[in-house]
Amino acid sequence: MTEVLQKLWDVRVFLAAVVLFAVGFVTLLLHRNLMKKIIGLNIMDTAAYLLLTALGFIEGRLSPIVLGENTDPLLYVNPLPAGLVLTGIVVSVSVTAVLLALTVRLYKRYHTLDLDVIYATAMKEHGVN
Amino acid sequence: MKNGKKRSIKAFLRDWDAGRFDLDAAAAEPYSAAPEGESAEGTATPEESLPRRDVKAYRAVYPLLAAMLGAIMIVFLFLAVLDLPAFGKAGNPSENEVVRRYVESGLSETGAVNIVSGVILDYRAFDTLGESHVLFTGLAAVLILLLELDGKKEEPDLGLIRMKADSILGTAARLLIPIIVLFGIYVILNGHLGPGGGFSGGAIIGAGLILYAEAFGYEGLERFLNFRSFRIICLAALWFYSISKCYSFFCGANGLHTVFTTGTPGRILSAGLILPLNIAVGVVVACTMYGLYSLFQRGRI
Repeated sequence: MTEVLQKLWDVRVFLAAVVLFAVGFVTLLLHRNLMKKIIGLNIMDTAAYLLLTALGFIEGRLSPIVLGENTDPLLYVNPLPAGLVLTGIVVSVSVTAVLLALTVRLYKRYHTLDLDVIYATAMKEHGVN
Repeated sequence: MKNGKKRSIKAFLRDWDAGRFDLDAAAAEPYSAAPEGESAEGTATPEESLPRRDVKAYRAVYPLLAAMLGAIMIVFLFLAVLDLPAFGKAGNPSENEVVRRYVESGLSETGAVNIVSGVILDYRAFDTLGESHVLFTGLAAVLILLLELDGKKEEPDLGLIRMKADSILGTAARLLIPIIVLFGIYVILNGHLGPGGGFSGGAIIGAGLILYAEAFGYEGLERFLNFRSFRIICLAALWFYSISKCYSFFCGANGLHTVFTTGTPGRILSAGLILPLNIAVGVVVACTMYGLYSLFQRGRI
């Protein structure tokens, strides 16, 4: 029992990332409101950032800002995940902006944010029965 | 509908149900919110007004399938996470020779005290160039989708969205905006010496511009940040980035340190091209943040 608890405690931050990812994924799938779908996608992005930064973190080490001549790699945490998360955040902002703009267009056209209503209306318009 | 009367969503759906839905008229009709009184009355919800049986069956099955898919995915992710190395311990597989190389020789090769800045703007500068272009492309896509090209001025209800006369917001903005913009400039210029860089500093300056637009209106900002200067600034920053790093891209990331010296680490004018690149990235990010806000709020920059 203690081994299992120890194992779970060792991966606690990754488990938090999985829970966050699950929240976002279920929000994305189960809500019919387009805004809530976009919020779910953003929560999933956040889970990915949490996983990446947690993988690079090593307890008791400094942030990778090299002061003086001390370039011992055992002193600093991994600088690479920070760069990757930076890329992810920028891409996520762009994707969110484009999604919101598309949602605005859909709302202007169909006067609703409900994806099922939009889909049914669009099928009817194109003569699919 | 013909005489420009505003319709609610329910009336729209009722027309559609009865086959009285006119596609061209609906497309030509500008957006109008549902009137206040009509939303409370009426019993037909969108679900009940949909007559088709297969749509109903789809709606009954879809949540079950979605929940099952989510549960399966979560179980797999959980099992995968259990196999990861322990959090925060030394000797993780991610702590390999790449990181050692970056930390050991990053300072002497790039001149940046902040290793993350050295990584993203020197070793992986091509990646950051792509990022800036992703941001710019996103802005361009939003511009295409939201810009009112046909010149019809559809001014939104200004009393609802802009609190120009709000004295609390005005006073707070007057106090905060200089500090916010100054702090953003500091974060950009300090990107190679400490925590910070073009992306974070640009986002801070963009927030300051948005606060200004919200408190005092767009007229003051439009004197120097209209659509024309916006294009020039963004494209000049991206062009500067591309041209100043193209030698590095063509030489396989072998820098020309005889021309761009790394300088003394810790000085503000050091680290070769990292400081100008940070400024270029910060300008693009600040313009994009403000441009997105302005486009979403009033349909133009």
